[in-house]
Amino acid sequence: MDLLIKEVHVIDPKNKVDSVLDVSIRKGKIAELKKGLEANGSAIIQGKALHLLPGLIDLHVHFREPGFEQKETIVSGAHAALKGGVTAVVTMPNTNPPCDHQSVIDNIIRKAREVPLHIFPSGTISKERAGKELSEMADLKRAGIWAVSDDGNWVEDSLLMRRAMDYAAMLDLLVITHAEDHRLRASGVMNEGLMSTKLGLHGMPNACEDIAVLRDVELARLTGARLHVAHLSTKGALEIVRRAKKEGLAVTCEVTPHHFSLTDELLVHYDTNFKMHPPLRTEEDRAALIEGFRDGTVDAIATDHAPHTEEEKMQEFQDAPPGVIGLETSLAVSLTELYHKKVISLGELVKKMSWRPAEILKLPAGFGEIKVGKSASLALVDLNHEWVVQKEGFISKSKNSCFIGKKLKGRVLATVCDSKLWKWEK
Amino acid sequence: MNSSKIILSSEEVSKAITRIAHEILERNPNRTEQIALIGIRTGGAVLAKRFQDTLQVIAKREFPLGILDITLYRDDLSEVGPQPDVKETKIDFDVTGKIIILVDDVLYTGRTIRCALDAIIDFGRPECIQLAALIDRGHRELPIKPDFIGKNIPTSKSEEVYVKLREKDGKDEVIVASKDPV
Amino acid sequence: MTVQWTRKDLVGLQDLSAGEIELVLDTAKSLQEISLRPIKKVPTLRGRTVANLFFEPSTRTRISFELAEKRLSADTIHVAGSTSSTVKGETLIDTIRNIESLKVDMMVVRHSASGAPHRLARMSDVSVINAGDGINEHPTQALLDMFTIREKKGKLAGLKIAFVGDILHSRVARSNMWGLTRLGAKVIVCGPKTLLPPKVEAFGVEVTTDLKEAIQDADVINLLRIQSERQAQSYFPSIREYANSYQINSEVLKHAKPGLLIMHPGPVNRGIELSSDVMDGPYSVILDQVTNGLAVRMAVLYLLSGVRAKVEKE
Repeated sequence: MDLLIKEVHVIDPKNKVDSVLDVSIRKGKIAELKKGLEANGSAIIQGKALHLLPGLIDLHVHFREPGFEQKETIVSGAHAALKGGVTAVVTMPNTNPPCDHQSVIDNIIRKAREVPLHIFPSGTISKERAGKELSEMADLKRAGIWAVSDDGNWVEDSLLMRRAMDYAAMLDLLVITHAEDHRLRASGVMNEGLMSTKLGLHGMPNACEDIAVLRDVELARLTGARLHVAHLSTKGALEIVRRAKKEGLAVTCEVTPHHFSLTDELLVHYDTNFKMHPPLRTEEDRAALIEGFRDGTVDAIATDHAPHTEEEKMQEFQDAPPGVIGLETSLAVSLTELYHKKVISLGELVKKMSWRPAEILKLPAGFGEIKVGKSASLALVDLNHEWVVQKEGFISKSKNSCFIGKKLKGRVLATVCDSKLWKWEK
Repeated sequence: MNSSKIILSSEEVSKAITRIAHEILERNPNRTEQIALIGIRTGGAVLAKRFQDTLQVIAKREFPLGILDITLYRDDLSEVGPQPDVKETKIDFDVTGKIIILVDDVLYTGRTIRCALDAIIDFGRPECIQLAALIDRGHRELPIKPDFIGKNIPTSKSEEVYVKLREKDGKDEVIVASKDPV
Repeated sequence: MTVQWTRKDLVGLQDLSAGEIELVLDTAKSLQEISLRPIKKVPTLRGRTVANLFFEPSTRTRISFELAEKRLSADTIHVAGSTSSTVKGETLIDTIRNIESLKVDMMVVRHSASGAPHRLARMSDVSVINAGDGINEHPTQALLDMFTIREKKGKLAGLKIAFVGDILHSRVARSNMWGLTRLGAKVIVCGPKTLLPPKVEAFGVEVTTDLKEAIQDADVINLLRIQSERQAQSYFPSIREYANSYQINSEVLKHAKPGLLIMHPGPVNRGIELSSDVMDGPYSVILDQVTNGLAVRMAVLYLLSGVRAKVEKE
């Protein structure tokens, strides 16, 4: 369908656009971008007082297919993404079977074609994500992966990781690390510190993450691979990344909305919707992450959208699976915590949720920008709309959000992905 | 200030206690050695101690004394609300075969006495239990009758009877006052 | 100023005020004599039903609660479940819903997962009493420890009370730290550094790895059970070395303060954390703890029985 969005404030940091314009979309592409456009048969959306952003790109989601369709599917995950203004995602490979074989990727890509969302699958680093033997990365790349990761299983074997990064560098595949030393984590289920002692829960120290990030950064130095640190959560790990960047290494990182907005103090009621890996940290870490946004060390905001069923999350805190959903709230939380609180500008925020992820992933032109002639991926946003997150409001198959009950400022009103438009009820 | 009047003066309280002590001994001739006193917290416990002292002077022998808290036997505990404080029950003698003089300050609905009777039975099997109260204000809700009474006072339910005792209130006095309007 | 008990549940001592703790201890004091009567029973909880849900094996605590319930005339039911079965099939919450449907008034819950009773308490209208959750809290044990100390010493404020052993995995130590510090006792925790919880000093307790320092001038030494599997987890090199460094025996008690109390929540590993001669010696009040547990649990049951969740009238 053809569409004309009138008098909307367009934010496109890549092309330095920050002004009120009319945007014409024809046949799924941006046709024109200027003031005073005529409808010429297009449907009109009045964009006055609203902002139009490039469709958001989320570098870290779990769509659970194949294997865990009770939690999320590619279809349900895609709709959750679109509701959050997200038009492209990187799916994690911890499916069942895991994405360690091209047939699994083939299957995902075939299903992805049927949904109105750009899905960029990642493959595993090792077979079965077992950390023993390399996956067939070249084959996986031909099948369509854009990155490799063993996700929740950090590759403990430094030699294997070195080989993996050498190999990935050769293939120009992004290596995503879920940096967590499992031996050191032991039976930890939350951040180790005052709160874990108060709550009588086993903790995992920041050192679990710091050690893992440091090793992977050193291997990036050794191999020249592009390393992306997933859901960075500690002050120490941020400092390691900051230093690596100064030294010119190809190291990038993402931070999740929950890690930059929440702390482990919220675990007082043993609510399993606050259980995730890495865990919510202390205020000191959170403040460091905010500083990381200010000084540019943090490249991207990614959700680690990790759906789990209600039954799984009903288990006791130590037994419930870690992870929270995030696609439907990521922009709103980011606007509330980073833009409205004046940590970073709107342009910077949009960059970290679109242009920069596209760069990290080396996506083709058109992703993370609003450019005439390129396919239209857009999010129409009311920056000042206040709403309270409600469990019933989620369209993801799972409802395990850590933001339920939280008041947020900013909401996606409509999403355009290629030739399709979704309007969301306020 | 609501209307209140003195029903028993300090002197009258003492007289009543002495009279009741005599009555207890008269009622139980030839078996004074079986007599033991149990006072219901808090007023009854103080009075029981007075009876004990008075009886000792008259009969020239010792009488065992126990203190009973009836809270755990109350019939209104299942009503919602914070539980009343429980204080210690102290009955250091064997009640079996005793003539128990159960002492309370004011006899009213009889529910407290019912609690006390149940509690005493849990300590053993007395030969009998006799009830002494300083004031009987009527309005019984259970079939309970005192054996020894200081004074009968007809009251209305809207009134309150206060038994003040030296040991806890500084002086002996019984007052009837209308309840504060709710 | 009298304190009234207004809580539906007792999940831990973390939230209790000094006044509330004292109310439990005072009430327990009043209830102590019931166990000395010929008929050891009062009708207080007649017609009330208490479910004892032990998802983790327990003998002492279960028996103590059961007896406390019976002495108050409550009807009791017992559910012994293993945690694994509730994880695999029916969730804990479903189990509880089933039990609620039987119109139970109170639940005594022991669970290997920290926080399990807390979550139940929030989800249920039924009163929940925590009988030990994971490594988190064991409030009635701490209350009976405090009761025992108060009985013997007449007070808690100002006393030096040492905890020795596996503090990290001890729910008894955690509950005691919350309660004792609130009542003004001076608490010192001692054990190998591997078995001390991170940032434990934030409880307002002193921390040491030196047994001598811990027990010097101590009025009370409360020992915690050392489990042999901690050796396999590298918390210490060997039970032998542990005992050499942290065992309480007559040798280390040579300069003990007169009137010292030795406590242990049981079961005791004789010859490991505590030598037999001290355990059976004059300082030991371990059996008093067991006796007092009954009165303390009766007090908790009594106080909680008056409070029920307010039914929303809408």
